[in-house]
Amino acid sequence: MTAQQTTYREAIRQALLDAMAEDDDVILIGEEVGVYGGAYGVTKGLIDIYGADRVIDSPISEAGIVGAAVGAAMTGLKPVVELMYVDFIGLVMDQLANQAAKSRYMFGGQIEVPMVLRTQGGTGRSAAAQHSQSLEAWMMHTPGLRLCMPATVNDGYHLLRDALRQRDPVCFIEHKGLYTMKGNLDTARADADWGQPAIRRTGGDITIVTYSRMVHEALKAADAMAEQGVEATVIDLRCLNPLDMAPILASVRDTGRAMVVTEAALTGSVASEIAARIGESCFDWLEEPVLRIGGEDIPIPVSPKLEAGSIPDAGLIAETGLWMMRRDTLAWA
Amino acid sequence: MNAQKNTAPLDRYRTMRRIRSFEERVGELFLRGESAGSMLHLSIGEEAVVGVTDAMGDGDTFTTHHRGHGVFLGRGADPARMMAEIGGKADGYCRGKGGSMHIASHALGHLGANAIVGGGIPHVVGAGLTYRNKGTGHVSVAFFGDGAMQQGILYEAMNMAALWRLPVIFCCLNNQYGMGTRIDRAVGKLAFGERAEAFGLQAAHADGTDVEEVHDTAQSLIADARGGKPGFLEISSFRFYGHARMDKSPYRTPEEEEEGRKRDPVLKARERLIESGLGSDADMERIDTKADDEMDAALESAVTASPPPLDTMFEDVFHPDSPAPAPQRDRLRAILTETP
Ligand SMILES: Cc1ncc(C[n+]2csc(CCOP(=O)(O)OP(=O)(O)O)c2C)c(N)n1
Ligand SMILES: [Mg+2]
Repeated sequence: MTAQQTTYREAIRQALLDAMAEDDDVILIGEEVGVYGGAYGVTKGLIDIYGADRVIDSPISEAGIVGAAVGAAMTGLKPVVELMYVDFIGLVMDQLANQAAKSRYMFGGQIEVPMVLRTQGGTGRSAAAQHSQSLEAWMMHTPGLRLCMPATVNDGYHLLRDALRQRDPVCFIEHKGLYTMKGNLDTARADADWGQPAIRRTGGDITIVTYSRMVHEALKAADAMAEQGVEATVIDLRCLNPLDMAPILASVRDTGRAMVVTEAALTGSVASEIAARIGESCFDWLEEPVLRIGGEDIPIPVSPKLEAGSIPDAGLIAETGLWMMRRDTLAWA
Repeated sequence: MNAQKNTAPLDRYRTMRRIRSFEERVGELFLRGESAGSMLHLSIGEEAVVGVTDAMGDGDTFTTHHRGHGVFLGRGADPARMMAEIGGKADGYCRGKGGSMHIASHALGHLGANAIVGGGIPHVVGAGLTYRNKGTGHVSVAFFGDGAMQQGILYEAMNMAALWRLPVIFCCLNNQYGMGTRIDRAVGKLAFGERAEAFGLQAAHADGTDVEEVHDTAQSLIADARGGKPGFLEISSFRFYGHARMDKSPYRTPEEEEEGRKRDPVLKARERLIESGLGSDADMERIDTKADDEMDAALESAVTASPPPLDTMFEDVFHPDSPAPAPQRDRLRAILTETP
């Protein structure tokens, strides 16, 4: 039996478990990944199975542990670093962007850094400005760094397994709001190949491109729009960089309308990049401007009301989508 | 009444007791579903930090880590405004933007609580530069946990403070734990003071159950710091409860917790005051009741306070003289309604 109902958290844990069983070189390193089992419980019990030499509790020294992972990867281990919050990426950016991402290139292909940086981001817990961000654009802006963000239980498993098969550094960003989400895990079948987006819903009127938790908001929005007779295609990027744009461009050429949704602050976001690519390649097919929907361009406030109000939801996506179809007028326009 | 009687220890007890009472009510705020989130780090067991805050003077500044409620109360914070901030309310110190982990008050010298371990430490070096260059005589104190002892930035900061002879104190509140990791599982060698000395700082250690010892030690270090001799102070205590409000500390034994909670700085100060005749049982009762009443009121006022209006989210991103970021609905409306 390869298929089962499980949670996003469990699926990611299963991927670690299986990867570690298959390959002794895979090690985990991070704050509280061992005895505590991970701040969000993803690595629970792994230290009991694989021991403290492979599941390594580190001091609170993010720059040091990512740097150590780089060295371990250069010399034959396959480290998975857990960075407790993506917000701490500032502390490790040199090791990630200047060291891990550039080593292969700078050293003329001699030295590779096959490592995975697992972390989590996003809003929803009133965790305030330094524990709620969506910083994937920082990583996407770094050539040499691979980036993926699972939205589903099945992707939690497969994207992590695939990430561990890469010979390059990969950032794997989970969403803190998805850990308890249930879904189907089929360890024998991925939703799509590595580097490919997944089409989560098909409709002929509008293409909504998104990733991570916003996939679920987009799907809800698509259902709401369907009640008004508008059918949306929802595409989940999964692998943000590098990414095969072909399925996205094909869909937009078919629907003639595209909306790109991100939870991150919109300016300079992944959505901006994807929208630009769509605009460049689909200009003659577009009925409407490519719209970007994202987080407001503000730090994340702690007040639950302000926090929720600062990020997109199904309501905003559906309203905007319907407006693009001119089947409805915007309540707030 | 003895006019010569030194009332400072009694005042310090009062502040410690207020901190204890405040933190208990932060826990209550969470249980009532009224806190903004659950990232609430209580400083119960670490109240002797009042020995440091009491040794600081008007105009001195400080930064704290995520477990900084006690430090701020020690520097004169209004508990109602703190509690409102922890509830994410408009009346909070940071207008409901920051919350428990990011309380600040420029007026009271609080340059900010930080949720990045070690994040606030170098700011005191900069404050030290300000005070040195302007000759103000002030000192700036960084409060942080034992976990931050493993962040590289601390050592960059210590070196600069020593090199430039800045009026700066690095104050490590060693509560034995960083989340689920006891300190001996996080460091190769426990002698924190030696690290500071290696950089040329004056280092001292104080027992965190003894607020008077903390105070005497801090006073002397701070006096030296004002004279351009920066210092490092480690205060050892025990984190009474979980890392954050939800954490039940499964990684340590009930016995360890029971032993640890015997290291109670509030209780010890109370007993000592009574023993030394500085306060009677009745005096202490009065102080305790008053503290509890004050914090009950702070809790209730936070619960009934209003959340910030939605559009305040765009304020404070930039200086108020320049335009605030535009709400995305404005942008979408402009795109969708524009006609050539
Ligand atoms: C840079 C960074 N790394 C990790 C964390 C997650 N984290 C928050 S508090 C904490 C433990 C801090 O321990 P310590 O410094 O001893 O402070 P304490 O909580 O004991 O007061 C950790 C690991 C963080 N907030 N920032
Ligand atoms: Mg600690």
